[in-house]
Amino acid sequence: MIPAAFDYRRAQSVDEAVGLLTEHGEDAKLLAGGHSLLPLMKLRLAAPSVLVDIGRLSDLSYVRANGDTVAIGALTRHRDLEISSVLHEHVPLLAHVAGQVGDPQVRHRGTIGGSLAHGDPASDLPAACLALGATFTMVGPQGEREIEAADFFQGFLETALGPDEVLTEIRVPKADGAGWSFQKFNRRAQDWAIVGVAAVAGSRPGIGLVNMGSVPLRATAVEAALAAGASASEAAAHAADGLDPPEDLNASPEYRRHLVRVLVRRALEEAGAA
Amino acid sequence: MSILGNRVLRREDPKFLTTGGVYGDDLPGVGALWATFVRSTMAHARIVALDAGGALDRPGVVAVYTAADLDLPPVPAGMPGIPESMFRPVLAQDVVRFVGEPVAVVLTEERYQGEDAAEAVFVDYEPLPTVVDPETALAGGTLLFPDHGTNVATDFREPLDEHFFDDCEVVVRQRVINQRVAPCPLEVRSGMASWGADGRLTQWLSTQAPHSAKDALAGLFALAADQVRVIAPDVGGGFGAKIGPYPEDLVVAWSARAQGRPVRWTETRSESMLGLVHGRGQIQDIAIGGNRDGQVLAYRIDVLQDAGAYPAVGAYLPMLTKLMAPGTYAIPKVSASACAVVTNTTSIGAYRGAGRPEATAAIERAMDLFAAEIGADPAQVRRQNLVSKDFFPYTTATGFTYDIGDYMGALDLALEASDYAGLRAEQARRRAEGGPCQMGIGVSTYVEITNGLPDAGEFAVVEVLPTGTARVYTGSSPHGQGHVTAWSMLASEQLGIPMEDIEVVANDTDLVASGGGTMGSRSLQAGGLAVHEASMTLVDEARQLAAELLEANPDDVVLDKIEGRFHVAGTPAVARSWAEVASAAEERGGLRVEHKSSPSGPTFPFGAHVAVVEVDTETGQARLRRLVAVDDAGTILNPLLAEGQRHGGLAQGVAQALLEEVRYDADGNPVTSNLADYAMISATELPSFELVSMATPTPVNALGAKGIGESGTIGSTPAVQSAVVDAVAHLGVRHIDMPASPQRVWQVLQDSASHKGSE
Amino acid sequence: MNVSMHVNGERREYDVEPRTLLVHYLRDVVGLTGTNIGCDTSSCGACTVLVGGESVKSCTMLAVQADGCQITTIEGLADGDQMHPMQEAFREHHGLQCGYCTPGMVMAAVSLLVEHPDPTETEVREGLEGNLCRCTGYHNIVKAVLAAAQTPLASAV
Repeated sequence: MIPAAFDYRRAQSVDEAVGLLTEHGEDAKLLAGGHSLLPLMKLRLAAPSVLVDIGRLSDLSYVRANGDTVAIGALTRHRDLEISSVLHEHVPLLAHVAGQVGDPQVRHRGTIGGSLAHGDPASDLPAACLALGATFTMVGPQGEREIEAADFFQGFLETALGPDEVLTEIRVPKADGAGWSFQKFNRRAQDWAIVGVAAVAGSRPGIGLVNMGSVPLRATAVEAALAAGASASEAAAHAADGLDPPEDLNASPEYRRHLVRVLVRRALEEAGAA
Repeated sequence: MSILGNRVLRREDPKFLTTGGVYGDDLPGVGALWATFVRSTMAHARIVALDAGGALDRPGVVAVYTAADLDLPPVPAGMPGIPESMFRPVLAQDVVRFVGEPVAVVLTEERYQGEDAAEAVFVDYEPLPTVVDPETALAGGTLLFPDHGTNVATDFREPLDEHFFDDCEVVVRQRVINQRVAPCPLEVRSGMASWGADGRLTQWLSTQAPHSAKDALAGLFALAADQVRVIAPDVGGGFGAKIGPYPEDLVVAWSARAQGRPVRWTETRSESMLGLVHGRGQIQDIAIGGNRDGQVLAYRIDVLQDAGAYPAVGAYLPMLTKLMAPGTYAIPKVSASACAVVTNTTSIGAYRGAGRPEATAAIERAMDLFAAEIGADPAQVRRQNLVSKDFFPYTTATGFTYDIGDYMGALDLALEASDYAGLRAEQARRRAEGGPCQMGIGVSTYVEITNGLPDAGEFAVVEVLPTGTARVYTGSSPHGQGHVTAWSMLASEQLGIPMEDIEVVANDTDLVASGGGTMGSRSLQAGGLAVHEASMTLVDEARQLAAELLEANPDDVVLDKIEGRFHVAGTPAVARSWAEVASAAEERGGLRVEHKSSPSGPTFPFGAHVAVVEVDTETGQARLRRLVAVDDAGTILNPLLAEGQRHGGLAQGVAQALLEEVRYDADGNPVTSNLADYAMISATELPSFELVSMATPTPVNALGAKGIGESGTIGSTPAVQSAVVDAVAHLGVRHIDMPASPQRVWQVLQDSASHKGSE
Repeated sequence: MNVSMHVNGERREYDVEPRTLLVHYLRDVVGLTGTNIGCDTSSCGACTVLVGGESVKSCTMLAVQADGCQITTIEGLADGDQMHPMQEAFREHHGLQCGYCTPGMVMAAVSLLVEHPDPTETEVREGLEGNLCRCTGYHNIVKAVLAAAQTPLASAV
């Protein structure tokens, strides 16, 4: 299978990418590692007429400790996150989650920015960013703006990122020494999670959920219960509260609700979050 | 010292490891057009209009053909007894009957142009009621072939005597789903057709059986047999699904003739998941009866086979399931009944085991259910009912005669190797602790039939050239099994010519006069036997000639297999080499023996497997931790190859038990049509296997060899399924259908808990 | 558009459509057909090649994305007649049958050893999670990779 034909433009800078996106509007798509977009294009579920390749903007590939946060360039590949000593020291959850995305070949190409911008509720990294309370930086024709991860994911495969904007940086609060856990439940290692839970304990506890709705979600009911002093199992009982999880080949909504309660409990116990 | 029985490394490997094989899509295909198929998006519909106009304007498009253009008759089902009204049109004619059925073909200059153009072929469908479920099909409310008057394609039904279970203290019944699975050879279908100026067709096919493909093509195009040449290039796996040829292959050949240019095609995986036959697909109602002391007295199985849209091999699978129904057990009364129905789905064909795994899965499930009902250990109940090794050849209640077996011996080996008693103790400990990670132990015994085709023989030619090297031509059709290595071992053993000086020729109908191909675990006992026997005859002939050259009595001449020379016994100094003998034979037509083997019957490999599974009772996730396999395939020619066959077979069995299932929605839309949705088993779901050797030679052929290709699958599927059930048996669970997906296991646990709660 | 790359050490330059997948560039344009295609969904790994020494699924990468890169395919792994230790190990341990997954599997395994020079069996299985094989049940593939890890230069490209 092959993608439908398109025009290819390689951007030499973020500004040039923004310019190209502005010029071509909705018909253009950004290409980073391509591991979210190209599979869709091959199945012809997406057929952009222009691809703006930002994959060579190497100055967007970095992981830097910066005060209370770790700043990650949007074009940092999963593999680079997985082995980043900065992440291992300050945000080990994110390094671990990056190492669980897809398979090694996917991790050699896929980027954190691409994964977040795709906004797939079944992806691992969005849930981790939600749990960690990350902030995203986007650059558009009007300049730079920031948005909380919690406000970024807006609908199924829809994010706050405008058609003429480029996601440039992800900033994650340091979580040195905080307990954490990632529970990825799937049938085969290479598969998307049927349900996943990313949890971080410590001073800024958070729980992100994979594949429990039309967008990556934060388990707010669980977080509230924890804040009110609930135990891990008491808090986990709220994991599916108010959620409308999808039905697919592997799981009914009912089964997902059950799974998420089990996995949240395990995550909280492993993270020592309660 | 004999080379036979040694772990000889494969001669095939260096090519595959350094440059890769040459598969269908790797053929140079100079000047060939690319064929891309337009496939039905509806499961059952009338084609109201078909407009190729939009496609013809696309770049590179040379032609678009539909059924109306093709002057080809429907394809015979290839099996006797299937009504002609159910034969499959080469391209869909008026009605489409499954999603993926080809309705048109687009020919383009370049590969990439095909997909673009196929999108532009407009087909207007008028939906018809869809039948996906075999039981609905049997009821007959909606007919796929109204002219035929029923959806029943083949009928082997037998009524059950109402007193059948009268003498049983206990009778257990269960409905068992042996789900539809996809064979998934890693290479999809691919090929090319080219017509010579002389009107001769050469077709490259990814096939397990080039000679039957040649016959089919000759028949379809009304050509003399010698006017068709079929070549199988390297074939990336078949597993029964590439016995073919497929309608697409015929369209490719027809298109090449129409265009006067070679035409090639390679399907995509998404097409392959719909176009390549599926396997299994049975609903089984089983009933087993016996005494509380563990003696099984009666067993009944009713099979409803899903044949898919156009009945073919799949419609005959239940016949094998019926015949193999009693498995390894001496059950006084066995009754089996079956029929196959058409549904709006991909046709069912042969898939690793083809009919026998279904029989084994059913009887093994029955034995477990029976053991559970009387509160006995499942291994013990099996032991009590196995056919004793003193009774072979053993004729079953269903009429097969098993050649030789030692089922108890196999079971004992498996139990010992797995430390069955230790496993049970560990299980008891975990149950007592009551944690979420419970352990299950599954035991299976099996017997299957290999080389069961009516024509059990295979063709071979062995020749020695004046260079002193040999050539073996075989009608077997290697596609991963290691025939080049195995056949050169067999020839080398007899001829005393080093393996590396023996060329093995296969998979080309111009070079090999006839062949049955590779399927049904038949190659060694049919094709290998032919090479073995032909080699022996050749040595005899060569000795006659050597005697002339040595001016000696042929009876006194011996072949020194180490030196590869003939001499009079006792005087090795005066000798004639193979090269000399073969050179001398030149004027008499060469040193060459053509032979067709004729084994006296099929063989019945057997074995026993023990699987250890962990089930997370909170999530329903089942993970295979150990798989111990005893597989008796008789005398082993090359343990390396035999073990490889077992490994692959085991993995496919585990896959069916835990992961894989082809699924359709209620409208007949496939929902597992790529390898992201279809959970083809990967390395992370499997442990390393624990193989135990056992070899009971068969008297049926001179090699003592039985088939090994399918045994692993047949034994492992029920063992793993049983282990999953066993892991949660203490929670009140008696049965879980395959695949034991997390959701299914969780659901069964939920049902069991609520059932208990309501008691 | 013009796309050039070093394939197995040799510079290759061709004019191709932007949508050309790397695997088709290698197979149909460069003419190296050792790398195979087994699926449409980045699931099977048959098309795995090394880009800059790292395993990549060449069916999920545009040729233009590999512009200027160093590509290694199965054809470039051996040193003349001397097979790479990973190739040797696959042969020695019967890690292949039909051979179709083999080029991708071998390349993934080489990349795996770069990242895990002395892997456990679990690490090998997880490291090959993106490569499907239907023939071997993975048993001998895992064995081969573990054995290769014990030979010098098994991760060298």
